[in-house]
Amino acid sequence: MNNFSMGGYGYYVWSAYFITLFVFGINLFPIFFEKIKIKKIIREHLLKKRL
Amino acid sequence: MNRKQKNKLAIIISIIIILSIAIGLVLYALKQNINLFYTPTQLVNTKVSPNQNVRLGGYVEKHSVHYDASGESVSFIVSDQFHSLPVSYHGVLPSLFREGQGVVMTGKLNSQNQFNASEVLAKHDEKYMPPVLAKELNKQSEKKS
Amino acid sequence: MWHWLNQKFLAPKSFYANSAKLIPWIALAFALCFSYGLFAGLFIAPADYQQGDGFRIIYVHVPSAFTAMAIYFSMAVFAVFTLVFRVKVAAIGMSCSAKIGAWFTFLALITGSIWGKPMWGTWWIWDARLTSVLILLFLYFGFIALQSVIPNQQTRDRAGALMAIVGVINLPIIHYSVIWWNTLHQGPTLSKFAKPSIAPAMLYPLLAMIAAFLLFYALTLLLRMRNQILLREINSQWVAELIHE
Repeated sequence: MNNFSMGGYGYYVWSAYFITLFVFGINLFPIFFEKIKIKKIIREHLLKKRL
Repeated sequence: MNRKQKNKLAIIISIIIILSIAIGLVLYALKQNINLFYTPTQLVNTKVSPNQNVRLGGYVEKHSVHYDASGESVSFIVSDQFHSLPVSYHGVLPSLFREGQGVVMTGKLNSQNQFNASEVLAKHDEKYMPPVLAKELNKQSEKKS
Repeated sequence: MWHWLNQKFLAPKSFYANSAKLIPWIALAFALCFSYGLFAGLFIAPADYQQGDGFRIIYVHVPSAFTAMAIYFSMAVFAVFTLVFRVKVAAIGMSCSAKIGAWFTFLALITGSIWGKPMWGTWWIWDARLTSVLILLFLYFGFIALQSVIPNQQTRDRAGALMAIVGVINLPIIHYSVIWWNTLHQGPTLSKFAKPSIAPAMLYPLLAMIAAFLLFYALTLLLRMRNQILLREINSQWVAELIHE
């Protein structure tokens, strides 16, 4: 296993991987919050329709 | 597919074909502007004024790199197999700058066909291999020659 | 056959039900490919003979660029199904793809820039490859902006579809830019028709990462589509039943 300094390229390599993980996270997790929000909207919509 | 769908598909395909022809022609007309750099051959054959900043790209010729005493200025020869131009540069070189590797430089060509670079960028190739394999390949090519 | 496909998979209700069965498998495959690719790319693959350990950025840069282009292509395919066959879920898939594609294009540009600084000596240069990928990012932005200003659902789907189809011309330009023009960016390492110019020990993590990125697109696309399907079918009986469960 090589060391974490990546032969002097550490800052570049690790920041590239860090940004990648960030983009993956920001693409995945908000979808679940969106789902909760959408279900709430639909519930309210159905309630209004019944009244 | 019914007739309506077939017609729609035909319209979409013809839109794509017509647009690609149009864009293809535009890009062809702009070819010289889209090219990032002149090769030494192109630069020698193009008339550029000594004060004009141009980009030159090619390979650093083997055994042509010389550093001056202070180590800050460097001179080398850039070629494209047909023509070669001497280059002088004062500044920091990128870490991939090697003999035999590609470079792209910004600078001015003087009347003696010498290129004074103000910026040197390294162009790396698409080959990736571990150092052991590279050494092995080097040995083989030396044996052949 | 067409009718059967429509009933079984392409009707919003059945798509919602069937995609739920598919998602865990895609998530599992993604987790496997991504964890192997990350670990092997960072620690197992040997350093490059020229670029040392700096070349490891390839394992996030190439997959994100490839996926960014693949997503745009899939948007164009969705667009054809939207315009020609009026498939509802295709229009939803197209809209949901745009955001993911824009993020991956952004990622390709950023990781490329981080690679360019130590290797080339510059963060950015206006060569044909970098410029055409930037245009891809603007195409995604344009698509998102276009769809956000049109209030009518059907008009929005059709206008978006037309734009997606027109923009697909940029894809061959991106791919061949390094061949047609001289650029600072190097030529393609992985080409369909030739042996890849990369050592096998370095290639496998790259292929795993490309698979992982594509699977991630599939995963987030399905999740996003399911959300949008619920919203669009807000007045249908099955959504009401689903919510009250």
